[in-house]
Amino acid sequence: MEIIVALGIAVLTGSGVWLILRPRTFQVIIGLSLLSYAVNLFIFVMGWVRVGAAPFVSVGQAAPDPASFADPLPQALVLTAIVIAFATTALLLVVLLAARGLTGTDHVDGREPEQ
Amino acid sequence: MSQLFQHVVVIPILVPLLAGAMLLVIDEPRHRLKASFSVAAMLLLLLAAGALVARADAPVTHVYSLGDWAAPVGIVLVADRLAALMVLLTALLGLAALMFALARWHRAGPQFHALFQFLLAGLNGTFLTGDLFNLFVFFELLLAASYGLALHGSGTPRVRASLHYIVINLAASLLFLVGVSLLYGMAGTLNMADLAVRLPQLPAEDRALLEVGAATLAVAFLVKAGMWPLGFWLPATYTSSSAPAAAIFCILSKVGIYALVRVWFVVFSEGPGAELIAYGGMVTLVFGMVGMLGSQDLGRIASFSLVVSSGTLLATIGVGGSGVIAPALFYLVTSTLGTAALFLLVELIERSRAPGANLLAVTADAFNVGDAEAEPEEMVGVLIPATMSVLGLAFAFTTLLVAGLPPLPGFLAKFSMMAGVLGTPDVPAAAWLLLGLVILSGLAAVIALGRAGVRIFWADSGRIAPRVRLIEIMPVAGLVAACLALTVLAGPATNYLHQAGDALNPATNYIREILRSQ
Repeated sequence: MEIIVALGIAVLTGSGVWLILRPRTFQVIIGLSLLSYAVNLFIFVMGWVRVGAAPFVSVGQAAPDPASFADPLPQALVLTAIVIAFATTALLLVVLLAARGLTGTDHVDGREPEQ
Repeated sequence: MSQLFQHVVVIPILVPLLAGAMLLVIDEPRHRLKASFSVAAMLLLLLAAGALVARADAPVTHVYSLGDWAAPVGIVLVADRLAALMVLLTALLGLAALMFALARWHRAGPQFHALFQFLLAGLNGTFLTGDLFNLFVFFELLLAASYGLALHGSGTPRVRASLHYIVINLAASLLFLVGVSLLYGMAGTLNMADLAVRLPQLPAEDRALLEVGAATLAVAFLVKAGMWPLGFWLPATYTSSSAPAAAIFCILSKVGIYALVRVWFVVFSEGPGAELIAYGGMVTLVFGMVGMLGSQDLGRIASFSLVVSSGTLLATIGVGGSGVIAPALFYLVTSTLGTAALFLLVELIERSRAPGANLLAVTADAFNVGDAEAEPEEMVGVLIPATMSVLGLAFAFTTLLVAGLPPLPGFLAKFSMMAGVLGTPDVPAAAWLLLGLVILSGLAAVIALGRAGVRIFWADSGRIAPRVRLIEIMPVAGLVAACLALTVLAGPATNYLHQAGDALNPATNYIREILRSQ
C-alpha cells in the first residue's frame, strides 16, 4: 500500500516541479496545483498508512487501542492546507489575468523573450 | 483584574482580525470612516504591545491556552520577551506605515486598511504562537495579506513583480508543509516545547528523517528571509510595491529570521546547520553589497540594504550562536526601523524628480555626456527649499542608520555584534571574515546612499520642490526619533535583549511554563 502512495506522491511532485519551471503562467498554476496535491498526500501519509481504520473512537470504549483508529491530526492538517491552497490559487488566477491584461502576454516574466 | 489582564496576549491577534473584518463591511467610498477605524485599531494594538513588553519582564513566561485546551495537544500563545519585542516592533512600524498611507496611498486601491489589519494579525500571530502548524497558518495569513498589499495601486511593473513574489512564496509554503509534516511524523507532536523535550529521546534511526524535515523547514524560512540563492524575488518586489507596503514589508523578511531563531534555538537547541546559515548569510551580504553599489534607483538601493541586513543577521547568528542573540536582536530592530524610514523617504524624494530625469541620468552616465563640458553657472546664496532640506536631513540620518555609523544605533548594533562574535575564547576563522564583510557592507552603504544623496540634494538643480504633507514626514521623523531614543536607552534595551536571548537557549523556562499547563 505504501509503495502506491509513495509513487503517487513522486509522480505528482515531479510533474509539479517540471511545470512550475515553465515560462507560461498557466503551466505555473497547474504545476502549483499538482505540487499541492502531492504535499497534501504527503501530510496525510505522515499519519502512517492504515487500511480500514477511521479516525474515530467508538462510543463507550474505555481504553481505546491506538492501533485500531487512524491518527486524526494529519487529516485535520490536510484540510487546513487544502483550504489555504484553494484561496491562494484563486488569488494567483486573478493575478495571472491581470498580468495578461496589463502586459499583453502570458509569459511569466511579463515580456516575450528576445528571439 | 489580573483575570482580565491575562487576555492581553491575544489582543494583538484579535483586534486587527476583527478590525479587518469590520472594515470589509464598510462601504468602499467611505475612506475617512475606514481610516479612523484602522487608526483606532492600530492604537489599541500599540497599547497591547507595550503592555506585553512590560509584562514580559515578569518572572514566568506568560502562556495563553487558546480555548483553555492544555498543551501539547492544544495550541498555546507564548508571550516571552522575544515575542513581545517583535510585536512591539510590528506595532511601531505599522503605525508609521499607516500614518504615511493616510496621506494618499490608502485611496489608491480597494481594501487597503482591511489588508493592512490582516497583515498585522498574521504578523502578531506568527510571533506569539507556540505551535508549528499554527505558525504555518499565521504565515499564510500574513502572506495572503502581503500579496494584496504588494499589488496595491496596480500597474504593470507591480503586477509583474507580484506574480513572481506570489509563486515563489507559494512554493515556499509547500516546503514549509513538507517540513512540518515530517517533524510531526517523526516526533509525534507539533508543539515547539514538546518537540524540544521529545527530540533527545528519539531513536537514532529516526534522526536522519527528522533532520531532513528540519532542513526543509529552514529552507522555507530562509526563502522568506531572503538568503542567497533564495532571495532573488526580494529586490524586485520591494522596489515595485507602494511606499507604505514596502515599509511594512521590512519586517516580513525578519519574520523568516525570527522563525529560524525560534525553531533552531528552542526546538533544536542549536543543532547542526550553523555553518550553512553562517556562510549563506555571508554570501547574502556580498550579494546585497554588490546590488547596492550597482543600483541607480534609490528604491533598489533600499531593497538591497534590506538584503544586506538579512545577510548580516544570518551570518552573525550562524557564527556566534546563542551568545550573540542579544546584539543580533538589537541590529534587527534598528535595521528594520531604518530601512522602513528609507523606503518612506524614497517615495517622498521621487516626487522631486524632474520628469524624464531618470532616463537622462542613465544615458548621461553611460555616454559620459554632461555637465563636465558646460560652464557651471555661478550660484551664489541659493536657498534650498525647506522641504528638500528636511528630506535631506532625514536622508542623512537614515544613511547613518543603514550604514551603521555613530551616533545612531546601527553602529552600536554592529559593534556589539562583532564584539560578541570575536569575544569568545577560541574565535573561528569565519568570524574574521564576517568582520571584514560587515565593515565592507557599511562602506558600500555609505558609497551607494551618499552618491545618491549628493546627486539628489546637492548636484541636481533640475529638481522641483516636492509637495510633502506633514502626515507623510511625521512617520519618517518618528522612526528616526525612535532610533535616536534607542541610542540613548541602549543600556536598558540591551539588558532586555540579553534576558530575551538567555531565555532561548536553553529554553528551560519556556518549556516548563508551556508543559506545566497540562
